[in-house]
Order: sequence, then C-alpha cells, then structure tokens
Amino acid sequence: MEINIRPIKDERVDNRAFREKAISEINADEVIIVRNLVKSYGPVRAVDGISFSVREGELFGFLGPNGAGKTTTINLLTGLARPDSGEILLAGIDVKKNPAAAKFQIGVVPDESNLYPELSGFDNLCFCAALYGMRKAERQRRARELLEFFGLSEAADRKFGDYSKGMKRKLTIAAGLIHRPRILFLDEPTTGIDVASARQIRQLIAGLNQQGTTIFLTTHYIEEAERLCQRIAFIVSGRIVRVDNLENLLQPLRGQFNLLLTFAEAVNTSGELQEKISSAFPDFIFEWVNGCELRVRSTRPIAVGPLVRFFEDEGCEILEARRIHPSLEEVFVELTGIEAEQMKKEKEIKEKPGQ
Amino acid sequence: MKRSLAFISFWNILVKDMRTYYLKPPNISWGIIFPLAWTGMFFIRSGSGLSGIMSLLPGVVALSILFGTTSLLAVTITFEKKSRSFERLLLAPISLEQLLLAKTSGAIIFGVVNAFVPVLMASIIADLRGVKWGYFLAAVVLIAMASTFLGLFIAVAVSEVFEAQTFSNFFRFPMVFLCGLFFPVSKLPIFLRPLSYVLPLTYGADILHGAVNNGSNALPYWLDFLVLAGFSLGLFALSLRNVKRRWIR
Repeated sequence: MEINIRPIKDERVDNRAFREKAISEINADEVIIVRNLVKSYGPVRAVDGISFSVREGELFGFLGPNGAGKTTTINLLTGLARPDSGEILLAGIDVKKNPAAAKFQIGVVPDESNLYPELSGFDNLCFCAALYGMRKAERQRRARELLEFFGLSEAADRKFGDYSKGMKRKLTIAAGLIHRPRILFLDEPTTGIDVASARQIRQLIAGLNQQGTTIFLTTHYIEEAERLCQRIAFIVSGRIVRVDNLENLLQPLRGQFNLLLTFAEAVNTSGELQEKISSAFPDFIFEWVNGCELRVRSTRPIAVGPLVRFFEDEGCEILEARRIHPSLEEVFVELTGIEAEQMKKEKEIKEKPGQ
Repeated sequence: MKRSLAFISFWNILVKDMRTYYLKPPNISWGIIFPLAWTGMFFIRSGSGLSGIMSLLPGVVALSILFGTTSLLAVTITFEKKSRSFERLLLAPISLEQLLLAKTSGAIIFGVVNAFVPVLMASIIADLRGVKWGYFLAAVVLIAMASTFLGLFIAVAVSEVFEAQTFSNFFRFPMVFLCGLFFPVSKLPIFLRPLSYVLPLTYGADILHGAVNNGSNALPYWLDFLVLAGFSLGLFALSLRNVKRRWIR
C-alpha cells in the first residue's frame, strides 16, 4: 500500500462510484477465507458455524445487532480468541498453524482507541512499528508518513492521552497500518466520535480501500456500511444470514413503496382496528413497529391523505407520515428483525460509560 | 529476520515499559524510599547497634525486591489489560513467551536496582568486604525473577488494579514473617515451618544470609538456587498458561 496521497477532499463521503467500478475489477483472490467457524463461551454459542470469504481489495461490511457475534468473529480472525472448530485463512495462511505469519498480514483497529496515553503520537506509532520488527530509521519514516496522511503531524509530539477522541481514532487506525498490512480490520471505527471526525474517518477508510487495502469493517451505522462497503455480511445470533453486494441486497426492495406513520399516542392495535385498515386499504401491507408507529408497504405509490383521514376517523392523531426509500436499513430490519435506530441507541448507551 | 524481529520487539517493549513506568519519578523515589524505610525501621527496632546491620541486610534486600517488583508489575499489566493496550501486544507477530519475558524484564531490572539501595546504605556504615558477591548477585537476580513472575501470576489472575494490590499482599505479608528474613525459619513454631518452605523467598533469603554472613545459610546453596529457579520457571509457566486460558479465549 502506498501512502503518499492526501486524504480525499470530496465533501461527500461516498465510496459508491468506486464501488461500482471495483465490483467488476476486484481481484478474484480471496484474502480472507472462513469455513465453519464455531466459538462458544459456556453454553452460549457466540459464533455458530459461519463461512464467508473476502476478496483482495474489497471493503467488506460485517453487520449485525449488538451481541450477534461481530467482535467475537474479529477476535477469532485476528488471533485474540481461539476457535472451537473451523478454519481461517488470511492471505492463504492458516491462522491456527502459523499465527505469527498471519499477524503480519493484518492490521487491527479495535473498537476502543487503545494506544499508550503516556506516549506521544509519534512514539506510539514507532512503538507499534517495532512490534513488527521494523528498524529505527524505517519506523520513524513510516510514522511521519502516516501522521501526515492522517493530518496529525502537528500533534505528533503531544501525548496520546491529550488527543481528542477523533484524533485518537485516527492515530489508532494509523497504528493498524504501520506495517503495511494487506488486510485491515476495523471494529466500529466511527463509534463515539463527533460527526466531523466520523466523516473524516470515513473519507480515510474509502481512500485506503481505493489504494488497494482490503478492509473488513464492522459498524452499527447502517448508512456507513451502505456508503462504503462493496459487499456486506449480516450476522444474527452467531450465524450469517446473508452475504451479498449492495445491488443484490436492495434488489427486492426496488419498486416497493414504504411509509412510516407516527401517532401522537399509543394506538390500540387490537384485531378490530387491524381488520378495518386491511379492508379499507386491501393493497397495502400494515406492520405495527410498536404502539406508536405503523409501517405501510405497497407495490404502488401510497397516498397519505386517505390514510390520515381514516385514522382521524378512528380517533388516532398522526404526528408524522414519512416516506422511506429503499435502503440497507430496510434489508437489515428484514434480516435481523431489529430496528437499526434501536441498535444504534443501544450501542451508544453501551459506549457512554467509557467515554 | 526472525531473530531481529524478536530482538527489536523485545527491546522496544522493555524500553517502552522503562520509560512509561519504571523511570517515572514516583517509582524512582519509591525504589529509594521504600528500602530506606525498611532499613531504618528494622535497624531501630532491632536495637543491636551497627553490628546488627549485617544480619538485617539480607532481609531488607529481599523485601525491597519483593515489594518493588510485585507492586509495579501487578499494577502495570493489570492497567494495560484494563485499558486494552495489552491487546496491541497480543496482536503482534511475536510469541507469547517472548512477549511476557519482555514485559517482565523491566520489573526484574527494577528489582535488582532496588536491591542495591540498602546495600549502598549499608556500605556507608558497615564493612561489606566479607560478602560473597557472586552468590549475592545471583540470589538477587533469582529473587527478582521469582518475585516478578509472582507479580505476573497475580496480574493475570485479576482484572482490576486494586485487586492486584490486595492479591499481592495476600502473598507478600506472610513472606515477611515466614521466609526467615529477620529471624531463622528454625525459630518459627513447628506447624508454620512447612509453610516457609513453599514460599520462594525462603530460599532467596537463605542464600543472601549465607553470602552476607559468612555461610550462615541453613540449606546448601545448590538446593536454594535450584528451588528458586524452579519457582521462577513454575510461576512463569503458570502465568503463560493463564494468559492463554483467560486472555486468548
């Protein structure tokens, strides 16, 4: 990987244009191969016989609700956990048989910025480089190169502990790249940081991938995966339920119209009301998300007026009617049965104590 | 390449730990004040005047090493595990044995340096010409290794820094009284003596007594060295196994 370019300046972080091109150009070589991977913790089967592969140069998304097995999978792939059974090949190297050689092929950015608070940014990078046997001159040159690439040159001599969260995240990603790995594992890279830094990090991730680094990304921001990833795997309760590219994932939703109605108060969703709606609007499919939200689906455009009038007549006040365009979020909800917003909130609440 | 990778990573982990933990002013002062306090306390309490220095020196040296190494190592490793920076080391392409040796080398050096603080102080007021320095130095290094690996064992067994301190004391304080540091094991009540012989410091202190006080060791040197080395190896192997079982699950 060459790091002599500047971060991409585009205002809009979107890897889509590259992705369209990349899908056809991706090298067919598979740099991550996982076969029948199983990991249990006591009675809990955290990873339940998963198999997938990632191609060289691909930005591969790994999505799933909290506790689905994403981090356990990353830990197994990177050698921080031992599988009960199954096979992992990284760049053709069997992780079980030759863990040290496999570790040279990968860079890992955990979901927490875990560098040394007492060391400066520059010293942290030099130390990480030394762990891979790089000599002094080489590691100093590489550290400066990465600090510049990540826009941290001015903060090079400041202690890592004094960095902002966004800067910490960037330096942690830089540390993952210090030995020029072929594969970069990114675990929730934008969680818990401000919007501007998250945007910058997404630009950097897209830039790295465009330079040829294979990236394995876990995130709970569905839109992030949608913008960046070329292929996405969905994991639920330790099992992979779908692996495909965005185009194929969204295909079933094309030509489908969705509307989300939000009510002022919880509605009695008893059988009687359900029957009434269904007979009044036979072409629509109605799904209660909760007592206050109703999802309406149809294969033809949905007129809002008649629906609002119907519910007013039933004594239910509608606060908002929002059209939902087909997105990965819809696919996620369908595959996992979990609202993406709910997952995001859960994750953010979990993150808060550590902030 | 393999050898150079091993050396570069080992050396840099050691240097990083020295800079980050051991050479910090609080730890340097701790390394000086602690042995100074031990020496002063035992010297005043013994009431034996300057002649008592030589009988106190082995115990003070052993305690300085024990407390210096276990305190720092148990805390630093627990702290790095808690902040997850230890994960960074586990992700590096080096063996676990090499990683743990690199992490413990700093504490061993710190322990050896600590040992010589009371020696320096004693050299001002007592005649140390009769000390068998070869035995003395070998014992200091082995005690530092055994104590450091005890600290490692403790660090791997707990998850919080305060637990590391509490668990350390569980081992350290009995050693102060049971290991023959300031009075011979033979003067202990008979039911306590077996306990003395399952604690590594008993053997280290015995060598130090022999080296400082002209062969006053209760056991043969070779046996003391052998048991102390066995304790070091055993504690290291146990810690290694626990890291594999608890941290790479």
